[in-house]
Amino acid sequence: MSNKSNNNETQHAAGNGLLHRRSLLKASALGLAGGFLLPAKADWRSVPGAPQSTYGSPSKFADLRREQTIGHPFGPAAGSSSTPLQSLNGTITPNSLHFERHHAGIPNIDPAKHFLTLYGDVKTSLRFSYESLLAYPMESHKYFLECSGNSYRNTFPTAQNLTAGSLNGLISGAEWTGVPLHYLLDEAGLEKDANWIIAEGADASGHTRSIPLHRMLDGAMVALFQNGEPLRPAQGYPMRLFVPGCEGNISVKWLSALKAQKTPAYSREETSKYTDLLKDGTAEMFSLEMEVKSVITSPSGTMQLNRKGVYEISGMAWSGASAIRTVEVSADGGKSWATALLQSDNQPNALTRFRIPWQWTGQPSVLQSRAIDQKGNVQPTRDVALQRYSAGSFYHYNGIQSWQVSSDGMVKNVYV
Amino acid sequence: MIFKRCQYLFFVLLLISESTVLIASENALGDSLAPRLGEPVFDYVSSIVSPDGSGLPNGVGSVAEGKSVYEAKCAACHGVEGKMQGNHLVGGIGSLSLVQPTVTVGSYWPYATTLFDYIARAMPYGQAKTLSANEVYAVTAYVLFLNGIVSEQARLDAITLVAVEMPNKDGFIELGVFEPDAESGVRKK
Ligand code: HEC
Repeated sequence: MSNKSNNNETQHAAGNGLLHRRSLLKASALGLAGGFLLPAKADWRSVPGAPQSTYGSPSKFADLRREQTIGHPFGPAAGSSSTPLQSLNGTITPNSLHFERHHAGIPNIDPAKHFLTLYGDVKTSLRFSYESLLAYPMESHKYFLECSGNSYRNTFPTAQNLTAGSLNGLISGAEWTGVPLHYLLDEAGLEKDANWIIAEGADASGHTRSIPLHRMLDGAMVALFQNGEPLRPAQGYPMRLFVPGCEGNISVKWLSALKAQKTPAYSREETSKYTDLLKDGTAEMFSLEMEVKSVITSPSGTMQLNRKGVYEISGMAWSGASAIRTVEVSADGGKSWATALLQSDNQPNALTRFRIPWQWTGQPSVLQSRAIDQKGNVQPTRDVALQRYSAGSFYHYNGIQSWQVSSDGMVKNVYV
Repeated sequence: MIFKRCQYLFFVLLLISESTVLIASENALGDSLAPRLGEPVFDYVSSIVSPDGSGLPNGVGSVAEGKSVYEAKCAACHGVEGKMQGNHLVGGIGSLSLVQPTVTVGSYWPYATTLFDYIARAMPYGQAKTLSANEVYAVTAYVLFLNGIVSEQARLDAITLVAVEMPNKDGFIELGVFEPDAESGVRKK
């Protein structure tokens, strides 16, 4: 490719080296053209590798592991673990690395002994076996799933020097397949006053959440498959509720009962927890929808840039309200912004991958991303996001993530 | 045949052979073709306890009885009188608007029925669902007593528990609540 044709594409799109996103479509603009050397004497080029296996595992050279596997001091199996966002790319979270959050461990449920019972304000209470649910019409959708406590460490007074995954990894993108809930609700016949559905899990915490009916009729499903395979136990095997766009906690895992009733149950997880205390001492309840948000996953916290030159800034964006409209990226701590390239296939309530090239000259820089969704919601700065709730309230935090690149190339979480 | 969601569905009937009809639509099967495999149940016992008292079992328990249940089965993790650092069940009433609020059963929870529901389903941690209904009423009474919400003489049952008023009962704003006229999915502020 001639240099002439690249002149337009490599023009600067914002301050401190952000290049126009179209440059990404031209490989030579990034200096990526050219050959590479194969190792001449690698064993694997000569000796047969491992034989077939029944269930695959990642390369031993790919260091993939969940982070922050932390439990409650008085109940170690009540806890969470985070997806290592910085080790992944694209918009799908591998099942083995999907973040975990549970209140009493991961039950090992025999599907032959598990039932879903739909009861309460319905004409006929019904019980569904796993086997019978597999016979229903299904849908497959890519959705994000985010714990409402995701990124809570960024509400702390001092910035934690951690990876993108440790800070923001209570988020996943996956293809979920299951039975749209309206089939089952229709079959049981909802009574007129059934405004809420109370979902209950079969784990030792008996996890319980109340969900407004309109959300249950708007895309909610009993999910049976995750990225093509039966749900993992940590994600609710044999079945979980999935409510798109909403805080992960209401997508009740190990789903065993759905009770229709006129009012919420006001369970512990929707009163004591998963509510948002405001500065005046009142609190918001049923704040179910997840806000517009994004995070740069590369370069990101604890990484080391070891050359000057062009880097691809890449990250993910999502919103519980709609699809993503735009992601803007700044390399100068928010003084100027350039529009990133969004990967095609940008669906409502799903992860979107964004990318933009950046010329790093060795200058200290602060990288940020700001997502805007189709409804016009704009991801706020950290300061603005923190204004919303009482200090110490940590759910639904969606402030802009800032990564500082120092002149020695170290990348670090900072508050600006 | 009634296809309720026909606005979403685009039906194309394809005659494959004399005996096979494929219906192409958003769902491969139309709504009314769902197989209806739910088995009717008549004896399901709900564990969901709501503020109106629905779901509460028969039984009764006093603060004094609750104190013994608590000391035997709860104190190891929640501390003497519910004061364990990092797992406390008492304190903080009136502190919610302070810069450092203390959020506990006593200061924050809007309904006493939630305490019964949660203890019955999830506690004691590690041996959930092993307490009798009387023990749950009793230990609920004791935790409420520790918070100064019921008297030392209190006995709780399905009627008296519902009547307990929590200090923060008016402290919550409900968002996203279902309203017949509300545009679906719109979060109410
Ligand atoms: C082995 C330790 C352990 C024992 C024993 C135990 N708990 Fe707990 N309890 C916990 C843990 C851990 C949590 C937090 C669970 C979570 O957040 O998912 C908790 C949470 C609670 C809560 C909710 C507190 C809040 O503010 O949300 C209540 C109420 C409670 N326990 C009551 C009891 C009672 C009553 C007993 C005795 C019958 C008991 N617990 C026994 C470990 C224990």
